[in-house]
Amino acid sequence: MISRRIVLLMFGTAIAGAALAIRGARSYAQQAATHDVPAAQNGGTVVMLCDGKTSIEVKNLKPGQMMSRARAQAVSDELMDQWRRAHPGERWEVAQASQTGGEHLYAAGSAKQPPAAAPSLAVQQGDTYASFQPRDYKVWKAETDKFVADGKRVFHDAKALGSTIGISCDMCHPDAANTHPETYPKYQVQLQRVALLRDMIDWCIENPIKGKALDANDPKLRALEAYIYAQRKGVALDYGKH
Amino acid sequence: MAARHKSVETRYMEDRDKVLRGMRRLDRRTFMKVLAASAGAVMAKGLMPPHTFQLVNVAEAALDKSASATGAPGTPPFTFAYISDTHMYVRTLNQRFVKGAVKAVEDVNALDPQPDFVLFGGDLAQLGRPEELEQGKGVLSMLKAPVKMMVGEHDWFYDMGEKWQELFGPPNYSFDWKGVHVIVLMSVYEKDFWTARKLTPAERMQIVAGLDNPIQSRFEVGEKQRAWLKNDLAKVPATTPLLVFSHSPLYKYYRNWNFWTEDAEQVQALLTPYRNVTVIHGHTHQMLFNQIGNISFYGMLSTAWPWPYAPQGLPPLTVQMNRADPYDQLDGLGDGQVNVGKEGLADMMYNLWDRNPVTVRAQYLRSHGKVYRPPAPQFASY
Repeated sequence: MISRRIVLLMFGTAIAGAALAIRGARSYAQQAATHDVPAAQNGGTVVMLCDGKTSIEVKNLKPGQMMSRARAQAVSDELMDQWRRAHPGERWEVAQASQTGGEHLYAAGSAKQPPAAAPSLAVQQGDTYASFQPRDYKVWKAETDKFVADGKRVFHDAKALGSTIGISCDMCHPDAANTHPETYPKYQVQLQRVALLRDMIDWCIENPIKGKALDANDPKLRALEAYIYAQRKGVALDYGKH
Repeated sequence: MAARHKSVETRYMEDRDKVLRGMRRLDRRTFMKVLAASAGAVMAKGLMPPHTFQLVNVAEAALDKSASATGAPGTPPFTFAYISDTHMYVRTLNQRFVKGAVKAVEDVNALDPQPDFVLFGGDLAQLGRPEELEQGKGVLSMLKAPVKMMVGEHDWFYDMGEKWQELFGPPNYSFDWKGVHVIVLMSVYEKDFWTARKLTPAERMQIVAGLDNPIQSRFEVGEKQRAWLKNDLAKVPATTPLLVFSHSPLYKYYRNWNFWTEDAEQVQALLTPYRNVTVIHGHTHQMLFNQIGNISFYGMLSTAWPWPYAPQGLPPLTVQMNRADPYDQLDGLGDGQVNVGKEGLADMMYNLWDRNPVTVRAQYLRSHGKVYRPPAPQFASY
């Protein structure tokens, strides 16, 4: 039962990680610039699977136009179905890992990656973590960096922070200096209670910045937290430190 | 429980309140006397406990025997005050920074006797807008003593100094004062990063205003101004004390935040032949001091916000000021006075608001920390 769920999860990850090369859609085309996508025949947009071979034309989609999430999901499902029909009995992850073509998708401009090594007998195989490929790590890093970059933007932007007096975080905390995220939770004597980093971010937004405190789930607060932590990579956690 | 386990902050605040309550009814002169007397008492008892309210002796030229004993004739001691880095937006957007600047003006106006002049250390405005600079001029015009202006990058990069120069004149100049040769530099020129990027003046200013924005160039005095400085110094004998003002530190502290002057070494080389040189700079918004050869450096406080100490490059002679309390808008800010002794040696008084003042003596720097070490911080930057 458990193994079946894991297989399903892996499949989901493969779908999510499968970058689609879309002719005309700039952001995707920049990341996956190495595939030669055939020209559209019926005035739509050609979408290609990251194997560099399987493609379909999406009707009534102009170059640069965004698809709805549901439609994009349908297109990727259809592409995967097409790939499965062409590769009966094969598994997508295995097929991509044994090719040299799969990995360079997220390494535009870098040296060509060597083909993934054949599974070694010296390390454990077959479980969730063993089946992740370098490309997965690149996807995760790209997503994390994007999140941190968004936090950096908000941190430096008085308007995005909702400041009514033109003050942003970086004015007192260049490169998030003196925010010491590693010291939370700690008793904050001025608040008379134990505070988390996000409590202090919100305090700063309400007081020196003169904006409205953000909800704990607000994407801006989450991104700010991400940026602040990212500036302290490698610093030992030391909760409660003053 | 509560009485036995008071936090450091609570104990500090209680001690501090007790002292301040006692001070409330005293005039300034008596205050200074009490301050000096109690500091003396504390020292005599050998009590300098780092965990209670510390009294720090305030600079008094008469106390500094070391400077006066070797004084050269014809250079009487004098005092000037400083206000720096006010970073004022127009008051309709932001009252806070205007209030800080006004508070500093009131501090300086309350000095008795009045200082010979007031040095403004640059960054009068926040985003270099003409209306910010005009408002700033209005605030500084309330000062009773004459004002000597210096420019900062926040004043310059919207219109490349056009409005500032219209209001205040050339950004670099020199004059002689009671035997000391005084030089004001414009140390925040930057190499052109905006033309190729097709940036608007507002975008250019915003980038320069971001301390940690890596797009901008490093500050520099520049070749042309260095030639001017060389020429200016050509007629000044090496025995004349020099007092140099620059917005950025005239040495290399931390490049990423432009706590830095790219051609610092070349400027220092021009100052090296002089026996006593003091450089006083703004920009860094913190207690900061350094000694390189014959040159003593002091950073000025801001009236707008304090900067943390940079993660590297801090001059070893600098004694950090305690971390600022974010809950106190005035903490870590202030203004100050500089007492110039007979040989042109300058003692720097940091008049920290809501804290005790700290004096850093020329002898501390000249002796490379052997004497007059300022009190250590309890909470240094992380």
